[in-house]
Amino acid sequence: MGIDGIGARVPRKEDRRFLTGKGRYTDDMSVPGMKYAVFVRSPHAHATIAGIDATAAKAMPGVIDVLDGKQLLADGIGNLICGWMIHSKDGTPMKMGAWRPLADRTVRYVGDAVAIVVADSVAEARDAAEAVVVDYDLLPVVTDPVQAIADGQPQLHPEASNNLIFDWELGDAAAVDQALAAAAHVTELKIFNNRLSPNPMEPRATLGIYDAGDDHYTCYTTSQNPHVARLVMSAFYNVAPENKLRVIAPDVGGGFGSKIFIYPEEIVCLWASKRTGVPVKWTCDRTEAFLTDAHGRDHVSTVKMAFDAGNRITALKVDTIANLGAYMSLFSSCVPTYLYATLLSGQYDIPAIHANVRTVYTNTAPVDAYRGAGRPEATYLLERTMETAARELGISPAELRRTNFIRSFPHQTPVIMNYDAGDYETSLNAAMAAADWNGFAARKAEAEGRGMKRGIGMSCYIEACGLAPSAAAGSLGAGVGLWESAEVKVNMVGTIEVMTGSHSHGQGHETTFAQLVADRLGVPIDSINIVHGDTDKVQMGMGTYGSRSGAVGMSALAKALDKVEAKAKKIAAHLMEADESDVVIEDGVLKVAGTDKSVPWFQMALAAYTAHNLPQGLEPGLKESAFYDPANFTFPAGCYICEVEVDPETGRTKVVQFVAADDFGNIINPMIVEGQVHGGIAQGIGQALLEGVHYDDSGQLLTASYMDYAMPRADDLPSFKVSTSNTPCPSNPLGVKGCGEAGAIGSPPALINAITDAIGNNALTMPATPEKVWAAAQAAN
Amino acid sequence: MYQTNYHRASSVQEAVQMMGAATEGKYLSGGMTLIPTMRQRLAAPSDLIDLRHIAEMKGIAVNGRSVRIGAATTHEEVATSAELRTVCPALCGLAGHIGDPAVRHMGTIGGSIANNDPAADYPAAMLALDAVIVTDRREIKAGDFFTGLFETALEDGEIITAVRFDAPAKAAYQKFANPASRYAMAGVFVAKRDNGDVRVAVTGAGSSGVFRHPDLEAALSANWSPDAVANVTVDGSDMLSDLHASAAYRANLVKVMTKRAVSAT
Ligand SMILES: Cc1cc2nc3c(=O)[nH]c(=O)nc-3n(C[C@H](O)[C@H](O)[C@H](O)COP(=O)(O)OP(=O)(O)OC[C@H]3O[C@@H](n4cnc5c(N)ncnc54)[C@H](O)[C@@H]3O)c2cc1C
Repeated sequence: MGIDGIGARVPRKEDRRFLTGKGRYTDDMSVPGMKYAVFVRSPHAHATIAGIDATAAKAMPGVIDVLDGKQLLADGIGNLICGWMIHSKDGTPMKMGAWRPLADRTVRYVGDAVAIVVADSVAEARDAAEAVVVDYDLLPVVTDPVQAIADGQPQLHPEASNNLIFDWELGDAAAVDQALAAAAHVTELKIFNNRLSPNPMEPRATLGIYDAGDDHYTCYTTSQNPHVARLVMSAFYNVAPENKLRVIAPDVGGGFGSKIFIYPEEIVCLWASKRTGVPVKWTCDRTEAFLTDAHGRDHVSTVKMAFDAGNRITALKVDTIANLGAYMSLFSSCVPTYLYATLLSGQYDIPAIHANVRTVYTNTAPVDAYRGAGRPEATYLLERTMETAARELGISPAELRRTNFIRSFPHQTPVIMNYDAGDYETSLNAAMAAADWNGFAARKAEAEGRGMKRGIGMSCYIEACGLAPSAAAGSLGAGVGLWESAEVKVNMVGTIEVMTGSHSHGQGHETTFAQLVADRLGVPIDSINIVHGDTDKVQMGMGTYGSRSGAVGMSALAKALDKVEAKAKKIAAHLMEADESDVVIEDGVLKVAGTDKSVPWFQMALAAYTAHNLPQGLEPGLKESAFYDPANFTFPAGCYICEVEVDPETGRTKVVQFVAADDFGNIINPMIVEGQVHGGIAQGIGQALLEGVHYDDSGQLLTASYMDYAMPRADDLPSFKVSTSNTPCPSNPLGVKGCGEAGAIGSPPALINAITDAIGNNALTMPATPEKVWAAAQAAN
Repeated sequence: MYQTNYHRASSVQEAVQMMGAATEGKYLSGGMTLIPTMRQRLAAPSDLIDLRHIAEMKGIAVNGRSVRIGAATTHEEVATSAELRTVCPALCGLAGHIGDPAVRHMGTIGGSIANNDPAADYPAAMLALDAVIVTDRREIKAGDFFTGLFETALEDGEIITAVRFDAPAKAAYQKFANPASRYAMAGVFVAKRDNGDVRVAVTGAGSSGVFRHPDLEAALSANWSPDAVANVTVDGSDMLSDLHASAAYRANLVKVMTKRAVSAT
């Protein structure tokens, strides 16, 4: 390992611009003649639109135009779509209701866009938006998913009777029922997974530019996957064919999943730019973000876990209702199915599993992938159940987990996944040692003396990253392939540009991808640029989500580097009159092994382009590209232990210790990995302790600002103790697994297990607000 | 935010004149409440009259045990005043836990009191300290000043110029913060005077804003100790109930915060 190579704590190259305020975000983009958009949004959760009168608004100062859903429809702009087909167990396809980018007849949640105002300034656009008169006929509202699928409830889409989108199952129901009947012990639990708002620091924004000269569109947008955005906008929205649509996602200030999806605003701004003849920029405000960014989670589940007399799990039965909100967002269908039920085996050898999942429309914002996407739901359900079972069986939670760990690999679970490698006991032992598990009783007694109730809880998570083998994904309903591409361009004097289809919005790719190049070619890290986020610059890409950029994006880069290296060696061998198989690359110099012959990297690069002296038949230049399609998912796993103190008089919970022991396979940059784990744990603690989206019965969002939506702050968190172990991933060339979501996946159950341990009452839902904890503690007394 | 006109007053008199000349003016102090409200388009004053540059409204004067705080004094200045700390550290502590550093460096005691947010901290202190709210035209006892949720006895155009109080022998403030906003979900200011007078003022919990709790006051007058609180029933029927906390839970918090405040003295 060189100082900049794989495994080094290289400071992030991109932080210079981020920390000095020099980042370039979508809202920073300005082009001549640009105007500003404000959306008119429904203040009602469910209503038909009887009419829209924009006459007064259009006459206001600075207003260029006001456009509505009827005009959008007339111009042939298509519906927003969900790109993953799920079939119900009766074989019928999921019931996708129409989502118009601007609602033309019906609004289905508070925030649904009905018109766009374009004006000289944001203030003028906002004034005019207030003057647009929308005549609504109110319809009854349903926000609760369990209620929504009952008979006689308000209906959101004509396609979906009883608001049921699909009723899907995975696994062997008969085998599970048999095992439940024969069980020595059955643990039953009801599990709620709370609804979350993603809250990236940068709100969504877009700038739509139509160039009438070339009949060409440019879309700046806050996207995690610009090529996917372009694909969807051309194939389904009918904006423009791909060759006439450039999508640029410049610096993006966090996404957490919420910027994977294509939202109405991008498409409407592009269309409005053509209609008005001016570039149109829209920037979301924070309340708009709370209302319209796709939310995460929102599951209601029941679980039954069967054990034999030796405390071995014999079966797991899960029934889940997942709230997808008012419309099916881009990947909403796969989150509570193939990203959830396939992980229900956790780290355990469970012979039979059956999951039934019903997804439901309600008059709430669309719900889609949010950091972890399905895997936190599976982990929370499983790890709460394991802890509960351990308490019921009267054995230690660690013991119950050890008894049931999968110990030989590869391991085929009953729910599709084939785990390739892992060592769960090592993580468990590391976490218990770091947490001083054995010293807990003494700490608890000491806390008792101060009137505090101390509790400890663990969680052993597994997740599937490296999305995804394309053929497998396709067979499960994916509308796209999930490969990644990379291109390596060696410039004439040897500096390097890497074009990657992965997109960095906080992950540090500009550093880690460069580390891989530095490691392979021995060139200085400053001579390597990572280019991403522009469909005109990057050949193709599937973007960044699901912790896929290391395992898939960097593997594509590794493949492209193989080709560069091979050609570089050919050229160098020719220059040195040696055999190419004898050429090695060391510290930026191509050498003939065992001799003093060498050619510096830059000289080889120059030779590639002068083309004065190349091997017979070799093309000039040095630029190679590759596509990489993963052979399998990757399976990061680990053990998290949380210790809390609860103030029984107020119910306030203080997280006093948090330990994470993760197995991420090989690690490119430990500092960045730790950062990802820290951020993930903070988000998981946020979910478990603080965050929750609430709608009232009329569908009004009660948590539409930080006055009511509690985000974790530094003083809510302890200093984390993190460590990693390493069983390399056998399915990709780098042996990496992915670390972006683990923290958010593993931490919520550890925290709730700790609180319920402290208060002696297992009946507690997330977020564990002081009042809930206080009430549960009271009830336990 | 709607368009507005900004004016900087250099004296109380000038501020009053500016207000008289405005169609729908509003005084601006730290702007920590007013500006966000305007940005959300929930307020649309035609004119903003900035009070922060009026010398007579700034600063803290301590004379023996009598304290005068100018209305335009920031939370940070109150929190860090060495003079005030010697006679009434509880008020310094209260100010030091309002919002975050940015808010404390802008927000002012006058703005907080004029706004009378039912979850704000200062109103509890004013009531428990039996403070006098000094305006450009009169003096108002705290007990008469806070009249309801976001309601005060201030008349149109009236400016708070200062607050005055005599520091009690003992005082403490305990706040249970709302996890989201960090305003008080229940905040209790207790004060005890040498003559035996006890005041317990509660913020964040009452359905009509800050209030005194006679039963807690009686129990603590009889016995100034945390234990004295134990037998008092705190009734939740007049308390706020919202997304964050039920009335019953707030009632519990009032009791616990009172107990802890007394322990802290
Ligand atoms: C993020 C955040 C967190 C906060 N946390 C807390 C908290 O924990 N506890 C808490 O108590 N508060 C909190 N606040 C509110 C803060 O204390 C404000 O500073 C205060 O409520 C208003 O004071 P201001 O000086 O900013 O007044 P402004 O916002 O300028 O004015 C508020 C109102 O008072 C009027 N006004 C101002 N000064 C006078 C005067 N001298 N005479 C007559 N009328 C006047 C104005 O016209 C306006 O209507 C928080 C605010 C923010 C933004």
